[in-house]
Amino acid sequence: MEFAFTEDQQAMTEAARKMLVESCTPAGMRVMLEKNEALDAARWAAITEMGLPGMLAPEAAGGLGLGLSDFIAIAEAAGYAGLPEPLVELAGVVVPLLARFEDDRGWLERIVAGGIVAIGHPVNPFVANADVAAALLMGDGEDIHLVEANAVTLTRQESFDPFRRLFRVEWTPRAATRIGTGWNLTAERGAVVAAAQMIGLGQRCIDMAVAYAKERYQFGKPIGSYQAVKHLLATAQVKIEFARPVVYAAAAELALGTLPARARAAHAKIAAGEAAELAARTAVQVFGAMGMTWEVDLHFFLKRALALKFAWGGSATHRATITARIESLPIGPAATFAAELTVHAPEAKFQGMK
Amino acid sequence: MKLEYTEEQRAFRAEVRGWMEANVPPAPLESFDRTRAGFEAHRAWEHKLNEGRWGMVTWPEALGGRGLDLIRWLIFEEEYYRAGAPTRVNQNGIFLLGPTMMEFGTEEQKARFLPRMAAGEDIWAQAWSEPGAGSDLAGVRATATRDGDEYVLNGQKIWSSRAVFADWAFGLFRAPGSERHKGMVLVLFPLDAPGVTRRSIARMDGELVFAEIFLDDVRVPVANRLGDEGQGWHVCMATAGFERGLLLRSPARYQVAAAKLAALYETHKAHLPASIGERVAQGWMDAEAYALAIYAMCSRLNAGGKIGPESSTNKIVWSELDILLTQTAMDILGDRAELMPQAPDAGEAGDWLADYVFALAGPIYAGSNEIQRNIIAERMLGLPKG
Repeated sequence: MEFAFTEDQQAMTEAARKMLVESCTPAGMRVMLEKNEALDAARWAAITEMGLPGMLAPEAAGGLGLGLSDFIAIAEAAGYAGLPEPLVELAGVVVPLLARFEDDRGWLERIVAGGIVAIGHPVNPFVANADVAAALLMGDGEDIHLVEANAVTLTRQESFDPFRRLFRVEWTPRAATRIGTGWNLTAERGAVVAAAQMIGLGQRCIDMAVAYAKERYQFGKPIGSYQAVKHLLATAQVKIEFARPVVYAAAAELALGTLPARARAAHAKIAAGEAAELAARTAVQVFGAMGMTWEVDLHFFLKRALALKFAWGGSATHRATITARIESLPIGPAATFAAELTVHAPEAKFQGMK
Repeated sequence: MKLEYTEEQRAFRAEVRGWMEANVPPAPLESFDRTRAGFEAHRAWEHKLNEGRWGMVTWPEALGGRGLDLIRWLIFEEEYYRAGAPTRVNQNGIFLLGPTMMEFGTEEQKARFLPRMAAGEDIWAQAWSEPGAGSDLAGVRATATRDGDEYVLNGQKIWSSRAVFADWAFGLFRAPGSERHKGMVLVLFPLDAPGVTRRSIARMDGELVFAEIFLDDVRVPVANRLGDEGQGWHVCMATAGFERGLLLRSPARYQVAAAKLAALYETHKAHLPASIGERVAQGWMDAEAYALAIYAMCSRLNAGGKIGPESSTNKIVWSELDILLTQTAMDILGDRAELMPQAPDAGEAGDWLADYVFALAGPIYAGSNEIQRNIIAERMLGLPKG
């Protein structure tokens, strides 16, 4: 039992985090919006150069052959940076799905080289960032198709988050585009990496509010010296601190695919969503009227947090999974970790009963 | 990142489980906060735990422990709570003073106090708060006046849990004339020493959970000082870290409560709105989140890390979780929730009421949650002092 990242994982996360945060500034985001750009080519080249899109791709395809635990803190960092490019869904969801199929039609290699594949999972009504994708993974019942961008029609659906470029996708399934069957754990994976981004987004909102609370003076003192403001921010930080380990555990346990592992993913999504939303809302409150403006950068992070809270399954879906977990399997001490419930199924339904 | 136990850890769990099944009293012991008999029954349980070398498994073998790491301690706690074993009457000793002594005590002090503590020979109380010094602990006025090889203790302490029947206390004092964080000492004193007067304070439900301690020229040897002279505040803050952050409230306690709540809900849910079910699920999730955060923290501490301001985040979470769980149980029990444990028809309602009353204190003791939020804001977030 060791609930900690390895030194290698920490080093890779730190390198990625530094690159993402330094290259992705709110000022840069504003320029992208003015130019109506969905992707910063230089940054995407740096992301590709670092090997991030293919982290979870097999080494045979040129990837790093790593797992979700290796990527999860990088997804968090992408959230913290408010990254406009679809790195997290690509590396965390698309790649593991493609890697399951016998024939990925060469797309894993193309992703490793910087190509983008979007994903239209049935749990999401629209496809995010489809306009920068060279191909799309689409579902037709349980069949999964890989459709080239020129074979689909995109209709933009404006999102509150200007960088989540959503599209209604019209396409026709053909035998030639079908690459496999079964989404397997794709929705859960999407939920877990969305949760990781929300942890980063929530932390960014708190950090921005803290910085503002130190420099904004009222009644002759920085507003951050008042307990009313301190306690708001502390409460939001506590929420983040206790959602983060759930997200990391969800990433580590997901591959088991069992109900406890899926419930952990659901819990991660719920907890991170609530924590990020509270952090964003708290930050708006701390900024006061300025927090409501387009001028203050906070909204970039608030919007992403809010959008991701509802993507990859909303609260009703995930709470149903939690209920199923509680009702059908042991709960209590000694029933915490999914691996233990799979391998060493304990006897009593409600553990810890006198 | 490896979220499964090793075979050795599983074998350890089986060993604890086997011992608990064979030794945990079948019926709950009488409260240790009501009568001397109840207190002594809990002391006898501590003796029994010690015979099995379960007094404090993380301590070195020479001091009555097993020299185990914190993951094993978590496993021990999980099995302890799972078995419904009695509440540790010596929790102020083993969970607060013990680790502090491990860090600041001399070898003589460790050998003198810790094995007796692990065995339940000495039951400890904390003597920090005063009528005029609660959240503002640096305002304590009780004095330790040096007189040769002795300290002479004077003053009044309050809110000392277990002090009604306990044997020893660890108290925060100051050199006469010193102010605030300077000049403080942590001194260990027997509660039956000449000059010590104890007066019990009844909690709102009548339990004698805490006491006032009056010190009138109480003489103790200088060897009873823990840490250096003038270092008392520093020593106390280390203790507070253990208290808030890890040892006092292990996650298993809340996981058991969440499981009991789920069982209670299961039997009543036909008559309850869906919103109650959501609170039950939330309680389970929060208990799991707390457990995961503590596993992560223990992994970090095992690798040589130290407890920092996250002890304050932990304290807020466990205290608020306890309220969520007990309050939800009361809402499920509805018109039976007000029944005292001795009411003939109380059944499980009496236990939940007692747990609820106890939970009300959670956001107050071990440093109020308002103080914890200040600590988080100032030390984690870097906001300016007010």
